[in-house]
Amino acid sequence: MSPNKSFSLSNTSIGTMKALILVGGYGTRLRPLTLNVPKPLVEFGNKPIMLHQVEALVEAGVETVVLAVSYMSDILEKEMNQHAKRLGIKIVFSQEDEPLGTAGPIALAKKHLSDEKCDKPFFVLNSDVISDYPFSKLLEFHKGHGKEGTICVAKVEEPSKYGVVVYEGDTGRIHRFVEKPQEFVSNKINAGMYIFNPSIFKRMKPEPMSIEREVFPYMAEESELYCMELKDFWMDIGQPKDFLKGMCMYLTSLKKKSPEKLYKESNGVTIVGNVLVDETARIGKNCKIGPNVVLGPNVVIEDGVRIKRSTVMREATIKSHSWLESCIIGWESTVGQWARVENVTVLGQDVNVKDEIYLNGVRILPHKSISTSVPEPQIIM
Amino acid sequence: MRIQNNMWKAVILIGGPDKGTRFRPLSLDVPKPIFPVAGIPMIQHHIEACSKVPEIKEVILIGFFHYTEMLKSFITMAKQKYSLSIKYLSEYGPLGTAGGLYHFRDQILSGTPEAFFVFNSDVCCNFPLSDILHFHQSKNGDNRITIVATEATHSESMSYGCLVEDENTNEATHYVEKPETFVSSLINCGVYVFTPDVLRCYMAEVFRQHQEESLEMGMGDSNFPDAIKLETEILAGYAGSGKMFVYKTKEIWGQIKSAASAIHANKLYLSVYRRTKPEVLAKKNPDGPIIRGDVFIHESASVDPTAVLGPNVTLGENVEIGAGVRVSNSIVLSGAKLNDHCCVLNTIIGWKCKVGEWSRVEGTAQQPDPNAPYSKIISGQLFNEDGRLIPSITVLGREVDVAPEIIILNSIVLPNKNIHANSKNQIIL
Repeated sequence: MSPNKSFSLSNTSIGTMKALILVGGYGTRLRPLTLNVPKPLVEFGNKPIMLHQVEALVEAGVETVVLAVSYMSDILEKEMNQHAKRLGIKIVFSQEDEPLGTAGPIALAKKHLSDEKCDKPFFVLNSDVISDYPFSKLLEFHKGHGKEGTICVAKVEEPSKYGVVVYEGDTGRIHRFVEKPQEFVSNKINAGMYIFNPSIFKRMKPEPMSIEREVFPYMAEESELYCMELKDFWMDIGQPKDFLKGMCMYLTSLKKKSPEKLYKESNGVTIVGNVLVDETARIGKNCKIGPNVVLGPNVVIEDGVRIKRSTVMREATIKSHSWLESCIIGWESTVGQWARVENVTVLGQDVNVKDEIYLNGVRILPHKSISTSVPEPQIIM
Repeated sequence: MRIQNNMWKAVILIGGPDKGTRFRPLSLDVPKPIFPVAGIPMIQHHIEACSKVPEIKEVILIGFFHYTEMLKSFITMAKQKYSLSIKYLSEYGPLGTAGGLYHFRDQILSGTPEAFFVFNSDVCCNFPLSDILHFHQSKNGDNRITIVATEATHSESMSYGCLVEDENTNEATHYVEKPETFVSSLINCGVYVFTPDVLRCYMAEVFRQHQEESLEMGMGDSNFPDAIKLETEILAGYAGSGKMFVYKTKEIWGQIKSAASAIHANKLYLSVYRRTKPEVLAKKNPDGPIIRGDVFIHESASVDPTAVLGPNVTLGENVEIGAGVRVSNSIVLSGAKLNDHCCVLNTIIGWKCKVGEWSRVEGTAQQPDPNAPYSKIISGQLFNEDGRLIPSITVLGREVDVAPEIIILNSIVLPNKNIHANSKNQIIL
């Protein structure tokens, strides 16, 4: 076992496209969900976030995926092993011993991403981003301008929350980056999805390094950095309210591309807008579900329930006559009868909310039992 | 001269529209004394109790309300139902808690009753009237008052009239109204017995003094000279004179000053029904709605079998309860409609209100301290020191329409409003 603790999980051909996913650490912003499940495995639209990304990469011709992690999780290993087998690809873990920032992990994974035989460009993406992942288009565009790197940019409503990109509209050549600008500079931000030539490695070391501050600006100066605007949807789902926003976008996209996957009205259940329901989930009579609802495997929704803009994870139960809006109900949790849950309330795994409870903007840690209402946003430990 | 003819009367002091402002917005639509608690108007409980005492031949209501249709039809109904003579005497000005008694003394004393009960209208009690009557008869003297009292906790007592009793003689040795420091945990229940001389002699004297004072002070004195305050001028005077006797009761007792106390009174009266006439309470029935604890459902109300009601719920005339509705610790007034799956907790739903599907209308129950044996409900302030509404019972005034999927929490909504947005800790005008 090498000091970097990287190891392969399957052996298939090398020499085709490779990708690196920056998984990072404990996913604290998505707690309480990530207290029980490593963030890449948290289900988004009934599929682990990571799987959305890996499947899209595979479609674009990737056969080796490197996961840059800061701690090893058995659960993650085991699950990704299964998916790797199923997809016929190789998955490699690259673990950092100390926090290496946003560029360090890329340098650390160098030997997995390129060698003398392979000098193809490789993809890099943040594990928190969801999108239609236009990786093939990105590759094409990148080959087209022939420079060292291409990043995806997304248009957002509030750019100063992020790092903003200033570039030439016709060519996509990036001029500069501005971190959290005070005044409006541009509404395009770094979407956390890149494609680089291996020559980029000379710009980085396996040390704590920020790609936005220590790599990109130099590439931009040398006119080696281009960007491609994401036309479809994009979201950083690293925190619950964005997770729910992203869920809405994803369902809208599903409606356009694969409407047959969405749930159709049946048996006295009213469906509004886009609703995704696992085939093992059960919905009672007189329910009104949607818009923008995801129901996971073996979820039970009893009679007379109203759910809007929410995700209900595997094996959770929502009891009769409850009302849910903008919430994430964790695996195996139960929400009692006549409950009202709203305003980005997140229930961790196996939380039991009693009848007639009101929860407003509450985050509840796993295995808690709730018997009093929480009418103002709070964290329940 | 002591009369002993076993003919008694009862007087209920019902106040006027300027009183009972803590009961708004409910009292904007209906005089507070007629507001229904546990299915019948507040003072009907008093009248019903009187009707069970054969000595009481007449009930007189004295107040400052205009004699409206509402009052008229209530009295007509009550006369018929209880076969009792009932009349309303309307004061010409605000006569205070005793001025009306004095002013209408001739009517009260017509037929020479032996004695008469006096009730505050906002008392909620399982009145042991026959017992009080016999207690009064057992005491000597022509000119005497019996005052009904009950125990309260130390700190709560200071919100009421406080009595000190000599346990050997049952005499009231001291009376003070709402003291600032602790005097006694024995409080005035707002139920009294007077002998005719109290009116003819003592009150006449008080009245005469007022007239003299007002003449001396001239016009411009803000106090209406004909007004007499029962607690401070009459009771305080009788205490220590050997002429006022204390009847202590352990029966349930409460005062209905605010919506919160109406909910509590509702609960108390329902528990009395459970003891005295359980047949009027809703029964558990496999085909009907689920009933928990004490629930009163008017016979004209329609309730979906999947609803869950109780504990401590009263549904008025023609109320409609939809599928999967949950109602707990609440009063739903006549004509209201609660649509499917909604949840109503610790609330008074006004006449003809509508609550939309999946909406949640919730208040905060103010309970007396369950650990203190004599604890009573206090109708405290509406606002706290920061000027914020103190969480209390939610009240929807008449004909409020609540849209579906809304939450109304700890709020008071005035009549005829349409509510489309969530409301928490607010008064909606």
